[in-house]
Amino acid sequence: MLVVIVMVVFSIFFLIPKWAGVDIAASFVGKQADPASIKAVGEKLGLGDPIYAQVWEFFRGIFVGRTYSGGGDVTECAAPCFGYSFRSEQAIWPVLTDRFPVTLGLALGAAVLWLIFGLAAGVLSALKRGTLWDRGAMIVALAGVSLPIYFTGLLSLAAFSYGLGWLDAQYVPLSDSFTGWLGGMILPWITLAFLYAAMYARITRATMMEILGEDYIRTARAKGLREGVVIRKHAMRSTMTPILTMLGMDLGALIGGAILTETTFSLPGLGQAVLNAIKNQDLPVILGVTLITSLAVLIANLVVDVLYAVIDPRVRLA
Amino acid sequence: MTTQRTSGRRKQVLAAAAVVAALLTTAACGGDSDGGNGGSKNGAAGFDAANNKVAQADQAKKGGELKFASAQDADSWDTTRGYYGFMWNFSRYYSRQLVTNATEPGKAGAGVVPDLATATAKVSDDGKTYTYTLRDGITWEDGKPITSKDVKYGIERVWAQDVLSGGPTYLKEVLDPEATYQGPYKDKSADKLGLKAIETPDDKTIVFKLPKANSDFEEMLALTSASPVRQDKDTKSKYGLHPFSSGPYKFQSYSPGKDLVLVRNTEWKQDSDPVRKAYPDKISIKFFSNANDLDSRLIAGDYDLDLAQTSLSPQGRSTALKEHKGNLDNPVSGYVRYAVFPQSVKPFDNEHCRKAVIYGADHVSLQTARGGPVAGGDIGTNMLPPGVPGAEGQKYDPYGIAGENKTGNVAKAKEELKACGKPEGFKTTIAVRNNKPVEVATAESLQASLKKVGITVDIDQYDGSQTAGIIGSPANVKKKNYGIIIMGWGPDFPSVQGYGQPLWDSRFILESGNNNYALIKDKSIDGLFDEYAKTLDDADKAKIATEINHKVSEGGYYLPFVFEKFLNFRSSRLANVYTSDGYSGMYDFVNLGLKSTK
Amino acid sequence: MTELSKSGAAVGEPTGTSSAPTAFLEVRDLKVHFPTDDGLVKSVDGLSFQLEKGKTLGIVGESGSGKSVTSLGIMGLHTAGQYGKRKAQISGEIWLDGTELLSADPDHVRKLRGREMAMIFQDPLSALHPYYTIGQQIVEAYRIHHPVDKKTAKRRAVEMLDRVGIPQPDKRVDNYPHEFSGGMRQRAMIAMSLVNNPELLIADEPTTALDVTVQAQILDLIRDLQKEFGSAVIIITHDLGVVAELADDLLVMYGGRCVERGPAEKVFYEPRHPYTWGLLGSMPRLDREQQERLIPVKGSPPSLINLPSGCAFNPRCPYADVPKDDVTRTVRPDLTEVGSKHWAACHMSQEQRERIWTEEIAPKL
Repeated sequence: MLVVIVMVVFSIFFLIPKWAGVDIAASFVGKQADPASIKAVGEKLGLGDPIYAQVWEFFRGIFVGRTYSGGGDVTECAAPCFGYSFRSEQAIWPVLTDRFPVTLGLALGAAVLWLIFGLAAGVLSALKRGTLWDRGAMIVALAGVSLPIYFTGLLSLAAFSYGLGWLDAQYVPLSDSFTGWLGGMILPWITLAFLYAAMYARITRATMMEILGEDYIRTARAKGLREGVVIRKHAMRSTMTPILTMLGMDLGALIGGAILTETTFSLPGLGQAVLNAIKNQDLPVILGVTLITSLAVLIANLVVDVLYAVIDPRVRLA
Repeated sequence: MTTQRTSGRRKQVLAAAAVVAALLTTAACGGDSDGGNGGSKNGAAGFDAANNKVAQADQAKKGGELKFASAQDADSWDTTRGYYGFMWNFSRYYSRQLVTNATEPGKAGAGVVPDLATATAKVSDDGKTYTYTLRDGITWEDGKPITSKDVKYGIERVWAQDVLSGGPTYLKEVLDPEATYQGPYKDKSADKLGLKAIETPDDKTIVFKLPKANSDFEEMLALTSASPVRQDKDTKSKYGLHPFSSGPYKFQSYSPGKDLVLVRNTEWKQDSDPVRKAYPDKISIKFFSNANDLDSRLIAGDYDLDLAQTSLSPQGRSTALKEHKGNLDNPVSGYVRYAVFPQSVKPFDNEHCRKAVIYGADHVSLQTARGGPVAGGDIGTNMLPPGVPGAEGQKYDPYGIAGENKTGNVAKAKEELKACGKPEGFKTTIAVRNNKPVEVATAESLQASLKKVGITVDIDQYDGSQTAGIIGSPANVKKKNYGIIIMGWGPDFPSVQGYGQPLWDSRFILESGNNNYALIKDKSIDGLFDEYAKTLDDADKAKIATEINHKVSEGGYYLPFVFEKFLNFRSSRLANVYTSDGYSGMYDFVNLGLKSTK
Repeated sequence: MTELSKSGAAVGEPTGTSSAPTAFLEVRDLKVHFPTDDGLVKSVDGLSFQLEKGKTLGIVGESGSGKSVTSLGIMGLHTAGQYGKRKAQISGEIWLDGTELLSADPDHVRKLRGREMAMIFQDPLSALHPYYTIGQQIVEAYRIHHPVDKKTAKRRAVEMLDRVGIPQPDKRVDNYPHEFSGGMRQRAMIAMSLVNNPELLIADEPTTALDVTVQAQILDLIRDLQKEFGSAVIIITHDLGVVAELADDLLVMYGGRCVERGPAEKVFYEPRHPYTWGLLGSMPRLDREQQERLIPVKGSPPSLINLPSGCAFNPRCPYADVPKDDVTRTVRPDLTEVGSKHWAACHMSQEQRERIWTEEIAPKL
């Protein structure tokens, strides 16, 4: 199934430029397009071949590597070859492996934050429905959902980094310094987590309110359980199911690149790579990141399915 | 010459914002505590202290890390492939040429001085043969000497456009206009040095034989694309990832879009290089994806200067003007921003209708739309950028654009309309790039002032990434009735040929990617360009440039808006800072030093 | 009949004082109102009854008559799940074994829940948590009130499952609710309710969601367990048939109030309220043909926000015009004693009702 999805995604990538009548080779060469260079790049990219051959070559390259040649120049791309960018003269795979940890760190760190704060705010709001707390929390959540990341991101940069000078907020690789990495990641985490915490708070609140109306919650109370136990043990477990689905999807998508967050904080992750690639019309990078994204989404969904079974015994048997 | 270009040096010119207008007054006065030329408490040299002059030259120390920040990576760091202005400027750290731009502030920086060569060219009387002798002690980063063959091979790479696309191709067009040579990668000769136009009788001598004289040839040799490349170190398309250094610094690490670090090339000898001072020990570039973040960090002192040198972003500009004026320079960028009237679109075939627009426009409000006198630039009065030899700047103002007709002369415009046979005015369309808010603002300003003289205009915002096919296609321009096109242009190298030939020479009109938007077909202008190419004397060349500029201005093909200015930031750590016309008003990177090595 | 009522639950008028009652469970003038955007929903509006240990009270009525709210009120669950500002308003008195629950410390009432009083719900599938095993849920119910380790509690759970007739209880204890059939689930629910030997068991429509054959089994089970444990039982149902054999006393609710109550035999064989007649008429009887059997009550249940004035049943009552002066539409009838321990709230005279019952209703049933 995975293979099919990826193939479809890819065929689209190869087809769209053709339909749109865009000369990919020319866009690679740039404005100073010499016909000879367009031809050579076209040869290197195999643009003259039929689509299925291009797709096949791409996938074959992942396993056995590829050799691009044209204009008297030969470019080797070792396996796993996820394509080669003729703009930045780099194989895509190293770009992906170089940038993936940044994005993963961003997504996971932010996820921890937004789960903690989103769930807490959502549950409290559900329990204190209609109170000042609830309204306040939901207004903040609405703000979180509505405010664009580049706004909250810049605001937090202006406040904490330039203004108060608490954090340098520059990316430092984890391998260089843990505290440096932490310092650089905190603001992106908070910014990204704010958006998602807001969404999660709203979903948690709605789900929680629905669950609290379930018969089995009444049963739990009828047993004489303390309200806290009813909420934690009985209501929360059910509330987690839709949250988990969302988490899987969101993490998968974020791994494809938290484009805005990475751009705002100049984090060298996949999102930044893909944005630069779009700016530079660097199709192979876009392709590579897309592949990773679709993989990440699929894997995330797989993990969610497994976790589902852990949470919900009905799924286990089905 | 047959130099063909489809675009000027590509630069990202950031949008100016109205915010700055509020700060203009303070900026213009320049007299506040932070702005005095004597420097301020934080050590900044003062407002405009490095504009066309050297600031704090004596404070430069050997050592330290010079930190660039950039929102954009170079198109390529391969000397043959780079076309961005900052790349040319930066490449002097790791690459030398036979001749290069003088390391002098302002106009003098546009002059050419010997680098690898012992002296500027010995030119034959017919202007077709250029001979250079190489210096002693010039070496590659592995200690081997740089030979004339390395220079020839480096230049030959320009012919390999199929592999090494992207860079300027002037040399190819001047030395081999018939395109007989296939480039070194398809060269059948054993030494791969088959280009006939360049001869290397010995390792120290190199001779260029031009089929046709071109007086700007030495300017072209000063371009980065004329750098030597050693054949055994040529990694072809991947050369830009790690160019083999001939300059004082070499690549330590480069990760595209993330960072670049240069360290000292220990094999480079100071006494072999009359140009480069090589103050810092290390030079780094950190790439940002958020221009505002970059500016904030620049202003905070985390970095020394912006690699792109194309003005602070509007937000950073207002902060810097308020709090760090002493760290700013306001140089002329080399760009002229203008409106141009395609003669194929009626009634712009009639020069009086063109002049009606020129007189009718409110030039002050156009300047304000561009960002005002500081962020935008001085009101443009003619089409030749002030840094180009032969330019007269605002002194030449045939239409009184910066003078009596500054805010528009309705009476004069109506007079011209009558002469054009359209006393009631007419209707036309302005074409403007949709991705340049400032250009849209100028279009709106123009629309408003033309209404007063009875010229009604529609504004058509087209996809700014598709200029070559939209406004670069004369057929399309005619079809869309684009009577007014808003554009800008800057020189690749400071000469009337490097700037104006694609715009004004009738032989440069193209079906696609055309830059002669006005479709000027003036035999006398074409003839002046030919004469220019044959003229070797600098004073005479300047005279011809002036003459060409006058012809263009008199024809009324253009309405210039501004001689563009940048507002660039230099950190208080920098010493020996100056802007250079050789790099369109950027700071001359190669001789920047730090006041403290910490 | 009279014998039963003497020894059975004493169903009488509330004394009106708050002195501790003698009955095991006594409810006095219970009112449960829910404020909503549309107005005050008076789900229960002045209900009183008594129940002794070992006896069974059947509360009968249509949905919306207030019977479930009554049971939740007793359990102290009427307000649970109502987070936020709009809480249910409850008044009156509920005496359980000498303790007044409404004024008691909520935490004390919580401790009584599950141990002193337990509840069986209508739909065991939704009333059991889908993510926990039957065993886990019973163990939890037991360990709230008994400080024993999990193993002991689990033994107790298996024992209870065995007691309610679940085969292979040691295996089924680890099953999830969805792995049980409907009847088995209800048995498990009953096992969970009885795990702490509650003195009071409230069964809210315990068989509605079940097959007819299973219904009888469950009712038998409840009766057997009641005998064994000696608990007081309240069975809430809309179906008189369910309580016909089980209940000692019956209480018929309409629009949040009691319209008739008394010993089961009395209410069954000498009903003195037209609504009870309607309920009897819609009771399935196995000895009659389908067509004759059902004489449903026409119309729909009243709005609990705006009860009809006068007798709440008047819009649906075929005999509303029997009393004079339109009294049914203007005056709310009080409960009046119509026989020994037998009360009904109707404007018609005793004679009129006796005549209508014997001449018009009873022959059709």
